[in-house]
Amino acid sequence: MKPKLAVWKFSSCDGCQLTLLDCEDELLAIADAVEIAYFLEATRNRTDGPYDVSLVEGSISTPHEREQIRHVREQSRILVTIGACATAGGIQALRNTRDHGALKSAVYARPDYIDALATATPIAAHVEVDYELRGCPIDKRQLIDTLMALLSGREPRPIHTSQCVECKLAGTACVMVTQGIPCLGPVTSAGCGNLCPSVGRGCYGCFGPSESPNTQALAAEFRELGVEEAVIRDLFAGFTCAAPAFAEEIKRHGG
Amino acid sequence: MVDDSLWIEADAGLRQLLAVLQGRGYETVGLTEQDGCITLGPIASADDLPRGRIMDTGGGHVRCRDGESDRFFDKTLPMQGLKRFVYPAHEAVAQFDDDLTITTPEVEMRPTAVFGVRACDVAAIDIFDVVFRKPPYTDARFAARRDGLLIVAVDCAVPLETCFCASMGTGPHATTGFDLALTELSDGGEHGFLVRAGSAAGRGILAELDGEAVRDDQVAAKRAQADAAAAAMTRSMPANVASVVRQSHDSPHWSEVASRCLTCANCTMVCPTCFCSTVEDRNALDGTAWRERRWDSCFSIEFSYIHGGGVRESAPARYRQWMTHKLGHWHDQFGMSGCVGCGRCIAWCPVGIDITAEAHVLAADLERAVPTMGDN
Repeated sequence: MKPKLAVWKFSSCDGCQLTLLDCEDELLAIADAVEIAYFLEATRNRTDGPYDVSLVEGSISTPHEREQIRHVREQSRILVTIGACATAGGIQALRNTRDHGALKSAVYARPDYIDALATATPIAAHVEVDYELRGCPIDKRQLIDTLMALLSGREPRPIHTSQCVECKLAGTACVMVTQGIPCLGPVTSAGCGNLCPSVGRGCYGCFGPSESPNTQALAAEFRELGVEEAVIRDLFAGFTCAAPAFAEEIKRHGG
Repeated sequence: MVDDSLWIEADAGLRQLLAVLQGRGYETVGLTEQDGCITLGPIASADDLPRGRIMDTGGGHVRCRDGESDRFFDKTLPMQGLKRFVYPAHEAVAQFDDDLTITTPEVEMRPTAVFGVRACDVAAIDIFDVVFRKPPYTDARFAARRDGLLIVAVDCAVPLETCFCASMGTGPHATTGFDLALTELSDGGEHGFLVRAGSAAGRGILAELDGEAVRDDQVAAKRAQADAAAAAMTRSMPANVASVVRQSHDSPHWSEVASRCLTCANCTMVCPTCFCSTVEDRNALDGTAWRERRWDSCFSIEFSYIHGGGVRESAPARYRQWMTHKLGHWHDQFGMSGCVGCGRCIAWCPVGIDITAEAHVLAADLERAVPTMGDN
């Protein structure tokens, strides 16, 4: 019997599920090694649970989702959250610190049609999570390595050192040091494989806070570089804005 | 100190030297400029060198610009030293097959000549020779790569703002550890290099070069240039720093530094002597598995993880570990300092933490403190 894999979607853009489909070269081998039992992005075929591994994308943003995630947890031997929405709340968690009613009215013609929670929260705020993969979207190599680890009984070991480590391993020149570009790399978890700095952009913090993020010291350096308070706030208010370390820093800058 | 043997002209001499190295089968690596940063990369000829370009550095600050002269080697230091050439950032160190046989992947490295290595980086390779080759624990992968490396050093005439090699006794001129060393001189209308050999390989290459006998005035000019370079360094490490950091274990200053420290590990990644790594076993769907070694850092919590958690969870403990190991306990472990004074940890720290400044604060704190029975 092949292990049964399920892929679930909550409030999200589907980009992390697409990362699985984007595995291309490895996709057939993965499809061979597991029974894809539930993955609506890929197939309308579905097999009932229980499932050996569930990959869960998205944040909990509606009363319905709050119930559904419990159901998913009950049916899953191992539950892995994938992406910034599932692990931190995602970009939609920007609403967590605002007036939900006012936001609904500003966005929707018939806000009374919207049955949403006032906050978008990570999966771990609702059920126990076994492993998490960070990122917006997640990194394909980390996904494959985690699946390989789970299939072979090895402990997955995503690292949460700073993004700077990946820059230096790759030999990428620091954009902050050489160009004065504000970069969240020093407080952001490694994992993306050095995407933005390698093309001359500062890190956007997609992978969320590193294991020991000194956001205050980094914000002080941004100030030294001439970055305005509101811009510093917005830098932290990205895809992982609701991750506690970043949420606190946003508050310190008037957010 | 090795005597200079030859004077070569700047353009023709460098061109010939690189051609001789290539003729002997060496890959040639030297200073190149990319993404606004001087780094070490493949060079085909002397024309690839960032001639006339210099770097301005400070805490957390590196900028390249045109200098005032057309000299080759003033005020430049590549972002990373020789570390990645002898000790790759990550590599497979073992392969496990289906029948549980373990094989060690061959080290693939063509003989490589690195052109324009600074005295600090030569000293760093000497330190690595002890770290990785001190019996009984010899790292065969390091040894294979190190033995394939030919070092063409170049003496520093104009240091960076972040340099402090003079106070570490490692520069500005290279004294040992190189195969060839060059001193760039451009006095009195002539521009060229004094060349000296530090190994049999170096002497063989030197014998193939066309040049002139070294004159006394050139030797004097070289000495003056070295003195000027040492005098131009504005940063220095306290002479008694090893004892200072040993006595500062409980200093409140570690917490002060940690309030600024990002624990991002940049200092350890750019340090030419930081050698810590982690190993991780990985596997693929086809049944193959391998063990990977990757640079790690004492600034990573996971690095000190043992049963129950990381040994150094707090930022002050991690900064203290880095600095006291580098400057203090390295002496106990390897009989030398682990710092060569290249200043990269200062320039490439995103918030500009300055190891020399922190050492001076610790030293001053100790001097102010009233000696007690326990002090030594």
